[in-house]
Amino acid sequence: MTTTTSPESPELGERVRTLAEQSPQRPGPARWRGIVRTSLRHAVMIGAAIAMIYPLIWLLASSFKPTELIFRDLSLIPTEWDFSNYAVGWDALASPFGRYLLNSAIIVAGCLIGNLVTCSMAGYAFARLQFRGRNLWFAMMLVTIMLPIHVIIVPRYIMFQQMDWINTFWPLIVPKLLATDAFFIFLMVQFFRGIPRELEEAARIDGCGHPRIFFSVMLPNAVPALATTAIFTFIWTWNDFFSQLIFLTQDDVKTAPLALRLFLDSSSGSSWGPMFAMSIVTIIPIFFVFLLGQRYLVQGIATTGMK
Amino acid sequence: MTALNELRQLRQQRGGTTVKPVTNLRKSDGRAALVFLAPWFLGLFGITLIPLVASLVLATTDYDLLTAPTFVGLDNFTAMLSDTRLHQSLKVTLLYVLTGVPLQLVVALGLAVLLNRGLRGMTFYRSVFYLPSLLGGSVAIAILWRQVFGQDGIFNAFLGWFGIEGMGWISHPDTALWTIVLLHVWTFGSPMIIFLAGLRQVPEMYYEAASLDGASRWRQFRSVTLPLLSPIIFFNLVMQVIIAFQAFTQAYVVSNGSGGPSDSTLFYTLYLYQEGFSNLRMGYASAMAWVLVLIVLLLTAVNFWASKFWVFYED
Repeated sequence: MTTTTSPESPELGERVRTLAEQSPQRPGPARWRGIVRTSLRHAVMIGAAIAMIYPLIWLLASSFKPTELIFRDLSLIPTEWDFSNYAVGWDALASPFGRYLLNSAIIVAGCLIGNLVTCSMAGYAFARLQFRGRNLWFAMMLVTIMLPIHVIIVPRYIMFQQMDWINTFWPLIVPKLLATDAFFIFLMVQFFRGIPRELEEAARIDGCGHPRIFFSVMLPNAVPALATTAIFTFIWTWNDFFSQLIFLTQDDVKTAPLALRLFLDSSSGSSWGPMFAMSIVTIIPIFFVFLLGQRYLVQGIATTGMK
Repeated sequence: MTALNELRQLRQQRGGTTVKPVTNLRKSDGRAALVFLAPWFLGLFGITLIPLVASLVLATTDYDLLTAPTFVGLDNFTAMLSDTRLHQSLKVTLLYVLTGVPLQLVVALGLAVLLNRGLRGMTFYRSVFYLPSLLGGSVAIAILWRQVFGQDGIFNAFLGWFGIEGMGWISHPDTALWTIVLLHVWTFGSPMIIFLAGLRQVPEMYYEAASLDGASRWRQFRSVTLPLLSPIIFFNLVMQVIIAFQAFTQAYVVSNGSGGPSDSTLFYTLYLYQEGFSNLRMGYASAMAWVLVLIVLLLTAVNFWASKFWVFYED
């Protein structure tokens, strides 16, 4: 893809525009080239956009088709509307699907509180406090971002099993209450560093201690970082499969992704319709979070990923 | 500043004088730091470092959760040498990482460059491209993939337009892995956004100077964009390799937990899960986990070593 295209030169773009303004009646070859190039770029973009989004819209459309019409049917508008997929899918498993959604929501809520509180606290310490071994601890924190979860999951499982926590939500929530999502600490550190020190110094002169500075100066100024943390925590926890698969095996504690997977066992392909319907149900919360929080998502990725 | 650059800086600081002067010379905030970091310290030791050491110990034992662990020395590691399923899982995972990651980054970079310079509707395209990367790791999408590339799936229906007889892409051992690679490429949105942010930082005057010198677009891309973006490409590469090596959900759902057909989607983490949590071979799974860490470390080290030849730092 990169071999056929190259970045549009802003300088050339400018020149084309000035040229166009100067002589509107006589479009020069440069202007035509500009139009062709822009159209080509839009064509590539629209093609790519359709390819990207088609499967999702098709999934939505198919959730309204009778199962026997789903196969080999590319159409995005069902010829026959069948809303029963949702009712059937909702009650297809041992518990109503709402139960699984609720379990997912409880875990998400716990993780949200955990990450927001503990990661911002740790972030404040790394960004603003002077203490012995700070660089060493900071480096360790950065390394844990890249540590594969698999290398600690087995001992964690044994540990939580001995605490009788298997089939409870604690193994999924407690790690967040202990700030193990170091990615968010790093995000908070990056953000706190950008807050002018004058604000804190003013507060300190007024006699504020660290808790007051943290709550009244840092947090109110870090709303975008907190929002980004909340949004990513929501999406990652909602989508999480690996750790939920390991720690939750009884039906009454299963989450939406685990329940969705059960369809593969029970249906052997015969009930695609209800399975698609419940897939849509589990995707919808993410979709809304995406719509509402897009700005923060983009900012968040950019500030942590950017040099 | 990326996490990697932070680490780089910390390493450079060591030995030399501290770069950052303390602006307000207060006494050490030790006690406050202890309070603010208390949850993190608890987590670091309680559920990260201690389990990390424990898993190294476990790796030298036979343990099935029911009876007490027995010490077996390096047996787990020597057993890995002759475990053909393990070799298969390594092969599958490496294939996935070595094809999926570069492909995804090339697409991400290409579209980021196309999107960057004043294209109308840029935010719309960006959203459409970004959405799949939020959904790509979900079970729902993996289920969708099973249908799309199944025998009766819409991909075959699409091929039918051109008179091509499709096949069961998911159920054939030669193609199953590639459907998952494609799923990975489909989630290029998040590296693309990092590239877009990086492209914004490239000063316009570099392009102006280049085009005054008569450099073509392609030449400008090669000589201006790529070098200036190389630290970000490097960051994306390192992170994506680490993430891709741990891919699990897609392979699990697409193969319904088996890694099939004929182990063609038996990702390393999937095999680790089967050994540890289906067969309750906790010792062997721990040994596998350490090998995973070593491989990821090795790949990261190779990436860092290779970066000397192509990553360009302005500072």
